[in-house]
Amino acid sequence: MSTWGALVRKELLLEIRARESVPAMALFSVTTYVVFHFGLDRSSLDGDLASGVLWVTLLFAAMLGVNRLFVADREQGGFDGFLLAPVDRSALLLAKAASLFAYLVAVELVAIPAFAFLLLGPSPAQLLPELVGILLLANAGIAVIGTLASALAIQTTARDLIAPLVALPLLIPVVIAGARATTPLMLESGAEAVPAKWAAVLGLYDLVFALLAYAVFDFLLED
Amino acid sequence: MPALPLDEAGKYVAGAYIVFVALILVYVAIMAVKLARIERELEELNELADQRTPGGTA
Amino acid sequence: MYGKGLRPLSIATCLTLTAAFALVFFYAPLDADQGFIQKIFYVHVPMAIVALGGFVAGAIMAVQHLRTGDRRWDLRSYVAIHLSLVLGVGVLVTGAIWAKAAWGHWWVWDEPTLVSFLIVFLLYATYQPLRFSIEDPERQARYASVFAVTAGAFVPLNFLAVRLAEQLTHPRVLGATGGSMPGEFRFTFLVALAGMVLLFVTLWKYEMASKHATAQLRSLRRKLGGEEALIPAGRSAAPSAGLPARPTAD
Repeated sequence: MSTWGALVRKELLLEIRARESVPAMALFSVTTYVVFHFGLDRSSLDGDLASGVLWVTLLFAAMLGVNRLFVADREQGGFDGFLLAPVDRSALLLAKAASLFAYLVAVELVAIPAFAFLLLGPSPAQLLPELVGILLLANAGIAVIGTLASALAIQTTARDLIAPLVALPLLIPVVIAGARATTPLMLESGAEAVPAKWAAVLGLYDLVFALLAYAVFDFLLED
Repeated sequence: MPALPLDEAGKYVAGAYIVFVALILVYVAIMAVKLARIERELEELNELADQRTPGGTA
Repeated sequence: MYGKGLRPLSIATCLTLTAAFALVFFYAPLDADQGFIQKIFYVHVPMAIVALGGFVAGAIMAVQHLRTGDRRWDLRSYVAIHLSLVLGVGVLVTGAIWAKAAWGHWWVWDEPTLVSFLIVFLLYATYQPLRFSIEDPERQARYASVFAVTAGAFVPLNFLAVRLAEQLTHPRVLGATGGSMPGEFRFTFLVALAGMVLLFVTLWKYEMASKHATAQLRSLRRKLGGEEALIPAGRSAAPSAGLPARPTAD
């Protein structure tokens, strides 16, 4: 446990000091809302359209984070140092996924209020607290799959291209479940109950991929 | 759902089956090219082996 | 030896597929609401099932590669996935033709299996670029296997998720005959499916035999002519069957 803790601490410290990924992801989200406003020619969204715009924006912002996730380790030799240490290798997977999860939460703290401010028609108060739960479940899935895709791509020569191309199809079920789950919350006529089915789908998906990632991650680190 | 008249529907069905056959035939063509290359290489290697046997030690 | 048994296999494939097509056009009755268009079902659906089966088989072979480290499993996995991609193109094209004939549009989002298939196809389309962009062959094989396993696990999950999403909004439009298949339809379908499975296995062995032969040729060339006789192999997405091309200079 302490290996994992140390690694997560290192990741978060690096991010707080360098401030590379999270500010960029947050800014990207807000800019994307502006683009959507012009692209859709709408000033106010509700229901499934609002839900869709939110999830697409979050997904693409996550791709930015996924691209950067292993870059520092690759370029500054962090992998070798880690491999030499007598620790369980999947700790690296957990640490990276946990950091990505933390980045996503941080970004959403900016992106959701910005969404409510810029594009959301109904009042933001009706979104809580269910939105938080759905976002946390979805973030877990994005974190696991994003880490796996990033680790796959980091050794390739075209890593910025490969990571999103691999991650996006794998994340489509997360978008499906997330968007369907939050649509009832964003209805103009007032929030309705979130179908439990979608939360279950998200949870199940997260679990399967977490187990899968845990099983295969070692093979990505061998050398 | 409308059932298209036979002459119109026939074209679509034919199209689908033709796509299937075309895929297989393209595949066969590609494999044929590979086979030709293997044949050529074998011939070269045979010549290489002929060169070695008179003078060389196996 | 992959070529062994290839002759009886190809004959069986030929016969079964021919029988299937004959059944489709001379035996299976016309569908009640879609009419003649429904016949596309017999080529589109078996291709889809076999392609998906091929992806899953590729995943299982990739697991074997990761477990044993034997690069031949990677080659088998690669060929299975590659073949499934080719069939996948066929599935999407025949699916589009069917959609156009039955619904008037070249694509319908209402058909969950077709949409799921598109997503799976888009994922596997990254398999070869991923391989190609990793230069070290051993690492290429390992990473490709990790990808194949992940993608293989994704296939059933994806179908479930998309089906759940479309359930309440749209009824199936390209389904077989609206419900369970009566006897003649089912029999024809099963023969077509069997033919498609045989086709996949035959083509798989065919390609494996070809790759194996090429690898043997390289090895023979090196034995006969020494290192200089080798034609340098460029970067490639295809695995090198575990036979080292030549001492790598990195």
